Amino acid sequence: MNPAETDQVCTAKIDASCRVPLLALFGGAALWLVVGLLLALLASLTFHAPEMFAACPFATYGHLAPAANDLLVYGFAIPAALGVMLWIFARLSQAELVLPILPIAAANFWHLGVFIGLITILCGGSSGFTWLEFPRAAAMLLGVAFVLIAISAVGTFGQRKERELYPSHWFLLAALLWFPWIYSAANLFLVTPTPVRGVTQAVINWWFANNLVFVWLALVGVGIAFYFLPKLSGRPLQSRFYALFAFWTLILFGAWTGIPQGAPVPAWLPALSAVASVLLVVPLLAIEIVACRTAWGSVRSKWDNGSFCFISSGVDFFFISGLLLVAEACPQFSRVLEFTWFGVAQVQLQILGFSAMILSGAIYEILPRVMAAELPFKGFVKAQFFLSIFGVALFVIPLAVAGVKQGRAAYDPAAAKLWLMISTTGLLCLLLGSLLLAANIFVMTMKWKLALAKTVIAYIKSPLEAPEKISEVKP
Amino acid sequence: MRNGFAVFFAVLIALGGSWLGFVVAPAIQLGKAKQAVILNSADTWPLQRTGDATLGLQIYRANGCAACHTEQIRQDGVAAEITLTGLGNSKPDDFKAFVQSLFVLPELVKVTNNLAATLQDWKGDLPATILTTDDRAVAEAMADRLKAAGVKSETHIVATGEDIPRWGIRRSVAADFLYDDPVQLGSLRVGPDLAGVGARLPDANWQLQHLYAPKLSVTNSAMPSFKFLFDVRKTGSAPSPDALNLPKEFAPAAGCEVVPKPEAKELVAYLLSLRADAPLYEAPFTPVISAKP
Repeated sequence: MNPAETDQVCTAKIDASCRVPLLALFGGAALWLVVGLLLALLASLTFHAPEMFAACPFATYGHLAPAANDLLVYGFAIPAALGVMLWIFARLSQAELVLPILPIAAANFWHLGVFIGLITILCGGSSGFTWLEFPRAAAMLLGVAFVLIAISAVGTFGQRKERELYPSHWFLLAALLWFPWIYSAANLFLVTPTPVRGVTQAVINWWFANNLVFVWLALVGVGIAFYFLPKLSGRPLQSRFYALFAFWTLILFGAWTGIPQGAPVPAWLPALSAVASVLLVVPLLAIEIVACRTAWGSVRSKWDNGSFCFISSGVDFFFISGLLLVAEACPQFSRVLEFTWFGVAQVQLQILGFSAMILSGAIYEILPRVMAAELPFKGFVKAQFFLSIFGVALFVIPLAVAGVKQGRAAYDPAAAKLWLMISTTGLLCLLLGSLLLAANIFVMTMKWKLALAKTVIAYIKSPLEAPEKISEVKP
Repeated sequence: MRNGFAVFFAVLIALGGSWLGFVVAPAIQLGKAKQAVILNSADTWPLQRTGDATLGLQIYRANGCAACHTEQIRQDGVAAEITLTGLGNSKPDDFKAFVQSLFVLPELVKVTNNLAATLQDWKGDLPATILTTDDRAVAEAMADRLKAAGVKSETHIVATGEDIPRWGIRRSVAADFLYDDPVQLGSLRVGPDLAGVGARLPDANWQLQHLYAPKLSVTNSAMPSFKFLFDVRKTGSAPSPDALNLPKEFAPAAGCEVVPKPEAKELVAYLLSLRADAPLYEAPFTPVISAKP
């Protein structure tokens, strides 16, 4: 561990400095997670009864599915990851959050942007590019919000007492640089009045989609896991060298994946992408080895900690999701798997299995600290963990099977139908789990707000009754 | 890595490389693409869409059709297809004997089994495809022998693959999407591929019926009905000429008719503009005019 962290004196102050920004980021994120899963569930009902929403234009599968996906990534994963990142930076720097007003404002901009994006997609204003459906106004809000948070994060990073970087620093800093680059490049080339012409649009879209959903989520997820796994298992990271190797190979190979094999583009693009995808096995193995060696050496009781369960399983899900990505890119498999539900299974495993699990675990670990209070429903942590595991299994495995069946049966919709119906139950489990997370965050926020209100009221009232008692009012 | 700049340079190298490769390079290579010339013709491809079809692309986008439909036909390769169009003076049995006499030729060894199997089932009806091979030398040798024997044949280049001819006659290429904005290739085939739907199902009325009641023409369709693109209204004294012709179980209440809104017509115009049926340099095939049955 970072030796500077042994100093516990100012830890409480550091945590307190993160309180409001993190509540603003996590609160909205939890709300979007619930709404996103709800929309995904509604979209999934289309497989049971295609005619269900025939009368309302905004509830067809083509509206609900992109809206749900965007809410899960832009609404939940990114703000939650940024919140966790701010806290990790403050803790690793042993310094209070720099300019906490920026992330507070940014959180509101961000969630407003997501709201505008959601309404626009449901009203048919989607830009038509995967993961870039949000209109320009929403995209600008998100971009500004991200930069504001990045300023606060980098400022906090600059305050660090220990100059040597901890492995989580690499991953999280890279994520901070990654997103503005890909998001601005993709938006400037695609979601403008004068976009690039022809099939270049599709290539840039694939480049962005992969860099967001695979690389960005991987950077923050692994960065967070490398911070919490050593803490929760009581062992140092095993080892720094492997982590460095994983970092370099992940960003070098990961950035080049994502062009599908059958795409109507110049042949060098998918060929290069296939090579990079196969090489991706190297960072996947390195990350899994680091995580396993760090977690295994400690006592068994660590599984009692809900956060450890979440983060440890999250890393395993990342490994599986990466392997699915590699399988999709191999030319001999891609003939069967391309254009099937298999690709959806991979993306959903990446978001709901890997990213959401690690972020939920981190939030449960961080919240009691920054609020200086116990979780209101401690039992929900384990309950959500099991719901998430069942949910991911029941959602992703049927989708993957549906993909293989569909590919083997020459895209006959009947081949996949049963499995798609099963996948709905997985979404239901995940939705229940997300409600537990939201309940914890919201009850905690309400309690804090009530306490705050009481303090304020007491402060206002107190001079009338007994002026000398002001100092006794406790926050 | 000891400080933040090291991470910055790592990102600069890794993401900068992929940005140059997958954003800048395709933009340079394809950014100035013009219409392509159709093989053996002075025409160019693709055609500019009509106004309705251009608006229809936006209906396609707004309704997220690309969530369930792709617009990319894949292809394994090309093959030469030799089609018999006339036997000249010889009888079918003479021709069979002649072909069997060719089996000893070293250049035809690879295809003798195929030829024998094809000819066994052949009753003498014309035109008939007797040989499909991906080896150009074999096809040329066979065509030369047939010509020398006074038999009339045509050699066609055809695309091969699982998607062909089911969804189109050749693969999708970059040129097909020159006028699309946004380009919506899609990544999931819940429904069929649409790259060639305009050539495959060119009947606008069929398309409108299918949008209104998918189960009418495709019994196990998973597509939701797009009823909100249609008006159901009283027939009145002047029935609309656009009203859909629907069988009883899908028809509206008596005295009512289903009339497509402009959005539905535009969407169908867009669907019919998706053809991918011109032979191009990067996707060659022989357009079939009359030889095939």
